[in-house]
Parts: sequence; C-alpha cells; structure tokens
Amino acid sequence: MSESFTKGMARNIYYGGSIFFFLIFLALTYHTTKEMPKRDHRENITESVARGKALWEKNDCIGCHTLLGEGAYFAPELGNVYKRRGGAQGFKPFFNAWIKSQPLNIPGRRQMPNFHLNDQEIDDLAEFLKWTSEMNNNNWPPNIEG
Amino acid sequence: MNTLKYQSQAVAKPYFIFALILFVGQILFGLLMGLQYVVGDIVGMLIPFNVARMVHTNLLIVWLLFGFMGSAYYLVPEEAETELYSPKLAIALFWIFAAAGVLTILGYLLVPYSTLADITFNELWPTMGREFLEQPTITKLGIVIVCLGFLFNLGMTILKGRKTAINMVLITGLIGLAVFFLFSFYNPTNLALDKYFWWFVVHLWVEGVWELIMGAILAFVLIKVTGVDREVIEKWLYVIIAMALITGILGTGHHFYWLMTPEYWQWIGSIFSAMEPLPFFAMVLYAFNMVNRRRREHPNKAATLWALGTAVMAFLGAGVWGFLHTLSFVNYYTHGTQITAAHGHMAFYGAYAMIVMTIISYAMPKIRGIGEANCNKAQVWEMWGFWLMTVAMVFITLFLTGAGILQVWLQRLPESGEALSFMATQDKLAIFYWLREIAGVVFLLGLIAYLTSFFITDKKATA
Repeated sequence: MSESFTKGMARNIYYGGSIFFFLIFLALTYHTTKEMPKRDHRENITESVARGKALWEKNDCIGCHTLLGEGAYFAPELGNVYKRRGGAQGFKPFFNAWIKSQPLNIPGRRQMPNFHLNDQEIDDLAEFLKWTSEMNNNNWPPNIEG
Repeated sequence: MNTLKYQSQAVAKPYFIFALILFVGQILFGLLMGLQYVVGDIVGMLIPFNVARMVHTNLLIVWLLFGFMGSAYYLVPEEAETELYSPKLAIALFWIFAAAGVLTILGYLLVPYSTLADITFNELWPTMGREFLEQPTITKLGIVIVCLGFLFNLGMTILKGRKTAINMVLITGLIGLAVFFLFSFYNPTNLALDKYFWWFVVHLWVEGVWELIMGAILAFVLIKVTGVDREVIEKWLYVIIAMALITGILGTGHHFYWLMTPEYWQWIGSIFSAMEPLPFFAMVLYAFNMVNRRRREHPNKAATLWALGTAVMAFLGAGVWGFLHTLSFVNYYTHGTQITAAHGHMAFYGAYAMIVMTIISYAMPKIRGIGEANCNKAQVWEMWGFWLMTVAMVFITLFLTGAGILQVWLQRLPESGEALSFMATQDKLAIFYWLREIAGVVFLLGLIAYLTSFFITDKKATA
C-alpha cells in the first residue's frame, strides 16, 4: 500500500465507517420492527401458540428440522408443514397421528424420537406451526415441499 | 529453557490444550452425524441426531472461545509489554468455564433435552432450544460472567501497558463478542422478533466482531514470523477490518430475506454481503505479501503455513462459498439446503479453527519452553496435519455443495406437485453424503497427525 495512505487514515476509516454503518443498521432495524406487525400477524398469537413455541424449543426441534429455512438440514422444513400436510381440514389429525407414531423404526431411515407429548401439547405445537405458516415471509419457500 | 517474554503468557496453555480436546470431540460427533445422514438408525435412539448436532456445534463454539481466550492471554501481555493483570483470575476462569462446558455437554448427552430444560429452570427465563444457543440459561449466565472476568483482566493489562493497534482491535472484538451474546437472553414469544434478533448474536459474531479477533491474531503472528514493520501490518489490519465491518454489518441483511421483514433487505443484504469477500481477499494478499517481504527466516515454518492457510481458506469458505448463495434471487432457492452446510463448514474451519491453530502453532513451542519452534520432525507431522485436514475440508465442502446443487434441482426448482419431497430428495443425495463421510475420516486422520506433532521431540537434542 502506498506510503501516502497512513495508518491513521486507515484507522479513521475503520472507526468512522463501522460506526456510520452500524447506525444505519440500527435505524433500519427500528423501521423493520415497526413494519413487522403487518407481516407477523402477532394478533393471532394465542396462549396455545405461545405454549407451542415453548414446546418447540424445549424439545430442540431445530436440531433436526429447519423453520423458515433456519436450523438443521436433517429433516423437513416445518415453516409450511401446516399447508403441506392438510391445512385447515387435515393437518391436526395428521399431525397428532404422526407425532404419536414416532419413531417409525423403518430400517435405515432417519429416526425421529418420540417426545411423549399429550394431546393438548400436540395441539399447541400444531397451533404454533399453523401461525408460523401464516406469516408473510416474502413468499418463501419456492414450493410446497419446503 | 524459558522462552516467554512475560511469564503470565503461560496461562494460555490450559486454554489451548482444552480447546484441542474439545476439537477432537467435535470431529467425533461430526463423523457420527455424517453417518446418521445415510444410515439413519445407526445408533438407534441412543444419541438422536439433534443431540449429536448440539454437541458438534456447541463444542465448536466453545473450543473456539477457549482458543480466542488463550490467544488473548498470550498476545495481550506481549503487545502491552507488561505481565497479565491477574494470572490467578485467568486460571480460575479457565476452570469455571471448563466445568460449565463439560457439564453442559454431559447434560445434552445424558438426559433428554426437555429434562435438561426442566432441571435448569428454563421456564423461568426461556432461552433454550434455538440453534447454536441451546445452552441452559444458567450456562449462558456463566458464559457472561467468564467473559466479564476475562475482559476485566485484559482491560486492566492493556490500561497499564502499551496500547497497540492489535491490542485495541482484539479487545474491541472481544467486547463486541460479549455484548452481542447478550441478545441470546432475548427470546420473545413472537417468532418473527426472535428470529430477527437471534442473528444479532450469530451474524454479528461470525461476520462481524469475530473477524476483528481473527484479524488481530493474524496480524500478531505475521509480525512475529515475518519481522515486517508493525506500522505496515497494522495499517493493513485497519483496512481489512474496516472492510469487514462496512460490508458485514449491513450484510446481516442476507439473513433477513425470508423473515417477516420489508423487501428492502433483499437489496441491502445482496449488495453489502456481495462485498463481504473483499476483506478476506485483502487478507490473502496481505498474508502472502508480508511473508514475501519477510525480514527474517523464522524457524517455525508450520506457524507461517497456518497463517497463510487461514487467509486462503477463510477467503474460500467465508468469501467465495458465502457469495455463492448470498444474492437474494439465488438464496430464494438455496436457503436452508446443503449449500448452507457446505459454506458453514469451510468458513468456520478456514477463518476460525485455523486462526486458533495458527497462534497455537506459534505460541505453544514458546509456552512449553521448547524455543522459537518445534523440532523439524514435529513440524513435519504438524504440516501433515495441516494438509490432511485442509484438503479433507475442501472435499467435505465440495461434496456438500454437490449435494446442495442436486437438492435445489430436485426439491426447490420444480413447481409444487412436481418437486420431490425432502426425504425423497435426501435418498438421492446419499452418494454425496457417503463421500463426505470418507473425507471426514481423512479429516480425523489429519487431526491425529496434528495432535501427534505435540508429542514428538528431537531425541538427538535431548540426549
């Protein structure tokens, strides 16, 4: 690097640049959180949805599945599983039976543990997944398979 | 033989040793998971995949933190030209952190995760069950306490000594690490907010403040092994970290494309994160430039190799493989596929695992009283370790990229109805996963060669 460009100048770019862009980041974050209620439909977060999220976390579902594309890539995306597996008509009965039939014990297949959830808990988890699927996340994933 | 400038630098030793022990655990669990990808019931329900993954990723994070702490304890006194403020505190914090880490990992392995949540009173302040932040809340509090003590110790050392650019950048990075970790305590019921601020820990760590830590460590080692003037190296350091933060802070936007966020993030995230490879490219130029302009022939060839290697692999893993899927119209199809896994593996290895091994390579012979460098034979073993692990990681990344491209082709690109399901797609990817597993075994062999190098002594010299 040329001699006329000094360490002091480099340092000033570092401090000035990072502070400037961090402030922009904070301003955009503020704006984003103001816009979010239109997209996350937080008015639909019932107590059941809240309990469902707690169950989702307590059983570390993210350790195998993705939720809106984030998580582990070992098991299917669940952000849109409500729509993929029956929606308003069919999802809850399907989901209840599916959770209870784990592990499937098909030789060689990836195994999902049985988390010993009761019907109320399975319903809470279903409500959480339903609410998640109804948020506006800029139309991701590209198709129903997630 | 005593080869340390400041005796208190020796507190880095247990940190480095423990980091490498955890590294071994990380790789073993990685191999288990790799097998579970193709033989799903290989260990039945004994170690479910999510448990293995928690152990794999948490061991990575914790061993890197041990590595960063050891690096700081080693280089801060030497840069500040004074003894560490309190070596006793550093050793006490080592044992606290090591105990907390071991207990947490044992908790993952010995009881179901929901039981771990219950016995650690997660419901009082729920923070568990989120990717990478799976630690019980009490462990998170422990990490905060350890970080505060660590920063206090380093801060007091820097205050009483010389304030070099390297020390200031390192301490800024470490303070940032501690500050952004505090977002792990924010877990709102609203998933939209939870996910948005989760990235304040994850992205602002690995694509933000950790790059300061990496830059500072690399600059320190380059000064030592090349003898190039500090002014030159520190100028480069500032330029690199300026680029890293200017691109990386708004680059966070590449994680906001598919959250409940305004569309403008697709523009901001794409533009700024497309420039994130620049600091890594500069790092490659700089590392090679400094080594070419070296004013001394440092006997520790292995340390120089690690320094060059970390720059190149960070550029490839974080820079090139990050760029591959960072543009929003590409990411729409690749988000959450094996492409992400490919990038994650090479980026973490190249930027962070290798920078820690760089300073270990430089510092350990001095801490152990061997001298400027290990004997030639030990360095040969170490360099075998370097090449085996690095080449294996390149192949792991290539195989996962192959799996990812096929996954996108089968599962993401077709319309609903024509696209293959997730599980059906996974079956088609099996060959790539098998090849990845073989590369993983080679990585383990490299790690064994690397660790062996620590036990090789020059018999003629000691006789």
